[in-house]
Amino acid sequence: MKAGSLSHRSIIYDRVLSRGFLFIGMSCLAVLMLIMLFLFKEGLPLFKTVGINDFLLGDAWYPTSAPERYGAFPLIIASLFVTLLASLIAVPLSVSLAVYLSELAHPVVREIVKPVIEIIASIPSVVIGFFGMVVLAPWMQETFRLNSGLNVLNAAIMLAFMAVPTIASISEDALSSVPLSLKEGSYALGANRWQTIRHITVPAALSGIWTAIILGVSRVIGETMVVLMVAGGAAIIPWSPFDPARPLTANIAAEMAEAPYGSTHYHALFAIGILLFFLTMFFNVVAGFLSDKYQFKES
Amino acid sequence: MKPAANLVERAMFILLRVLSYAVIVFLVVMLAYIFKKGFSSLSWEFFTEPPRSEMTQGGIFPAIAGTFYLMVGASVLSIPVGVVTAIYLTEYAQSPGLVKLIRLGVNNLAGVPSVVFGLFGLSFFVTFLDFGTSIAAGSFTLGLLNLPVIIRATEEALLTVPGTYREASLSLGATRWQTIYRIVLPSALPGILTGVMLSLGRAAGETAPIMFTAATFYSPDLPGSLLSEVMALPYHIYVMATAGTHIQATRPLQYGTAIVLIMLVLVLNMAGLVMRYRFKKRMRGA
Repeated sequence: MKAGSLSHRSIIYDRVLSRGFLFIGMSCLAVLMLIMLFLFKEGLPLFKTVGINDFLLGDAWYPTSAPERYGAFPLIIASLFVTLLASLIAVPLSVSLAVYLSELAHPVVREIVKPVIEIIASIPSVVIGFFGMVVLAPWMQETFRLNSGLNVLNAAIMLAFMAVPTIASISEDALSSVPLSLKEGSYALGANRWQTIRHITVPAALSGIWTAIILGVSRVIGETMVVLMVAGGAAIIPWSPFDPARPLTANIAAEMAEAPYGSTHYHALFAIGILLFFLTMFFNVVAGFLSDKYQFKES
Repeated sequence: MKPAANLVERAMFILLRVLSYAVIVFLVVMLAYIFKKGFSSLSWEFFTEPPRSEMTQGGIFPAIAGTFYLMVGASVLSIPVGVVTAIYLTEYAQSPGLVKLIRLGVNNLAGVPSVVFGLFGLSFFVTFLDFGTSIAAGSFTLGLLNLPVIIRATEEALLTVPGTYREASLSLGATRWQTIYRIVLPSALPGILTGVMLSLGRAAGETAPIMFTAATFYSPDLPGSLLSEVMALPYHIYVMATAGTHIQATRPLQYGTAIVLIMLVLVLNMAGLVMRYRFKKRMRGA
């Protein structure tokens, strides 16, 4: 390179690159648009033959019988039920883990446990589903004397395990970013460590913890393999945790292979995709909104 | 009052510990169980041979190879686009509104369920672009899924590079791009590689996005081109465990395949975590 790195050419080069980078930088937005576009393209034709109310509230999903029926209500209820139960299990575990890591654990223990949690996050969902199928299901069947161990509860337990890393690590970040001065103030007033955690640290980090929970729940709703393998697969409304169910995601995965291209069934599965897309997007937007609120670091 | 408060504190701390360790115990039990059950099926033949006798014999070589192809294919798309997006966000972007918008896009893309990526891959790559069920369609689908992983890791790495590095370079007369290419990127490389490792692990382990776009139940031969379907480890586990006529007979092979997949993903992730740890340590020192 010659003396002037600021030669005319490199400046022009720099400008062109910056335009190009902007173009590629928009790619995520473009992909998001494209996903939406193609979901609509393949999903909306369903509503030419099936009313939107019949789709959302219809209680029978019989895509192959005559007449075909595309009521997704049992699938929606299954998704909500499994997600709710999984959250009830995952939230206490994850928040405890986060409080333990940020407030109680010895620094050495923390340095070991944090990567272990990231490892949980990396385990492929098909492996977790497989474990639920071959280990938890037979055990449940025997212990509770059920017809099958593949049910809502089993799926909820395995999903809760998957949600723990998300909820715990984001909550831990939120708890760790609570300023020390707040805690010191509490100690100075004579509060012990638990009282400080309960009345000062956790409330101060609460919006961060909520963000974590919402992101975790969003992950649970969208998870496919675990519910496909473990939830039991019956497209009926589950009334108890021991009933089999077929959540939205599992239904897409189970039926896509047998739905001919362009058929009503095919469109119906994409319509479920639209539902999932907006459901998870809603959760993510809410989470993003909440996380904007808890920035202690700047103050 | 004091003793009672301390008793509550004691009890709560014990509870927190128990709940925390429950999660880790569950992980250990799960991994130990799968390894114990599947260890006996690991053999040289298991790694190098295709399945035989309706999956009950032989190995999983085509599935290992297929997963490898999909990982590479996904990276070809996700690494360049992801890294450039992160460079734009941290080094070039000037309007905060635009940065916010792009970041919103990244976060929402990260939240899209993997099965929805599968649907998109099916309608866009398989049908619209007419790739058919193929390595290309599956790789691109996985690549898009991985974009947020790469972008976030790269962004984090770039932000960790001290501003003084950039200022020093710019003050010597380098352009922005020269600064990025010669100073910032080399310093951030370990952090970027962390993202690459994590995304490779994810591409290897995802099932739902490849179910309708790339994966096939059985093919004894290696794929001939980018437009052939492939076997893949996660799909292989799923199919052997849920379909077919010999679910019980193939059980040991299912455990064996699960071990291979777990090891692959764990090694990639641990390599990523170690790199990030060392990178952060070095940058703090700088």
